[in-house]
Amino acid sequence: MSPGFLAYAVAAFVFLCGLWGAATSRHLVHLVICVGVLQTSTYVLLLAIGQKAGGVAPVYYGVPHDLLAVDPVVQALMLTDVVVEATVVALLLALAVQAHKHAGTLDPDALPRLKG
Amino acid sequence: MRTGLLAAGGAGMAALFLWGMAGLPPFGSYPGPYGDLLDSFAVGERKATDVVSAVNFDYRGFDTLGEEFILFVSVAGATLLLRKIEESADGEESREESEREDRQAGRAPPPTSDATRAFGVALVGLTVLFGLYMISHGQTTPGGGFQGGVILATAPLSVYLAADARTFQRIAPRSVVEWVGSMAAAAYIVLGLAAVVLGAEFLRNVTPLGEEEKMGSSGNIFWLNLGVGIEVAGGFVLLLSVFIEEALQRRLRRESR
Repeated sequence: MSPGFLAYAVAAFVFLCGLWGAATSRHLVHLVICVGVLQTSTYVLLLAIGQKAGGVAPVYYGVPHDLLAVDPVVQALMLTDVVVEATVVALLLALAVQAHKHAGTLDPDALPRLKG
Repeated sequence: MRTGLLAAGGAGMAALFLWGMAGLPPFGSYPGPYGDLLDSFAVGERKATDVVSAVNFDYRGFDTLGEEFILFVSVAGATLLLRKIEESADGEESREESEREDRQAGRAPPPTSDATRAFGVALVGLTVLFGLYMISHGQTTPGGGFQGGVILATAPLSVYLAADARTFQRIAPRSVVEWVGSMAAAAYIVLGLAAVVLGAEFLRNVTPLGEEEKMGSSGNIFWLNLGVGIEVAGGFVLLLSVFIEEALQRRLRRESR
């Protein structure tokens, strides 16, 4: 197993941590943070996939333009990912605030059932 | 029943997970070709030395429009969820009770220290400058509208930490923040449509490309970053202000009584 495999292992580990936390969560704010952790695993995975052996960051400021650089597309995707995560977390936290206002609790099991 | 379901789901998940991991390309052997092509063309074609910005605001400019509106809609959604609702007398009572409990348990917030005040105020100028630098140099070095916008939005947050909610509301009035943010979001579409009016495709570059490694270079990439920066800053300040208002609503109301 090459040391490069470590990047994938980190992504898998972070993903499983987030998933385990979300599955066993007993608190809505904790749940939102777990989903956030789960999503950060995609950053590591995306950057690992775009890696070229010996490549530098795809920024050519003050360096020769024919330098070998890693894939800029996955980096741009990761940037999108970060922005979306930040706003989705804010939206989920706003939902948690509303849930607490209505039910007086943040324990998902203690929340009243939806009524049609 | 529940354990059985968990075991079945977990087993399926583990199988798919391992299968997916096994199919990943070896680390460091990027298969291409898009990254390679962009790395070799983007600087010459767009005068943008930060290829990631060139991808986000030019080659993938249409996707970034969608991304910008995910942000816009999330902020609108959070604002809608936390809008002021007149509370019943009942809710008011229980809230007062919980606040009394908070105080008895020694959980009332401590007064702001002089160090926090001084440091917070000193930080504001630096943050604004750094945010503007980030936004305006997105096409040359790592950075851009999204990153710079978030940095800009932390300036009013330092003011809130150093002073209080009232000062925050005074320097960032909700109506102004909403209006400026929405206009900046709309500017993205306007710049895209400008190309259509000139007879090209939506979001094709229509502004002068300028000189490499200089502020204001790379045509549309610079202007889109500017718009996105203002929109992101507005969106995050709005989020902060609705969360702060939600927490302080009642306290402010009592003060003004």
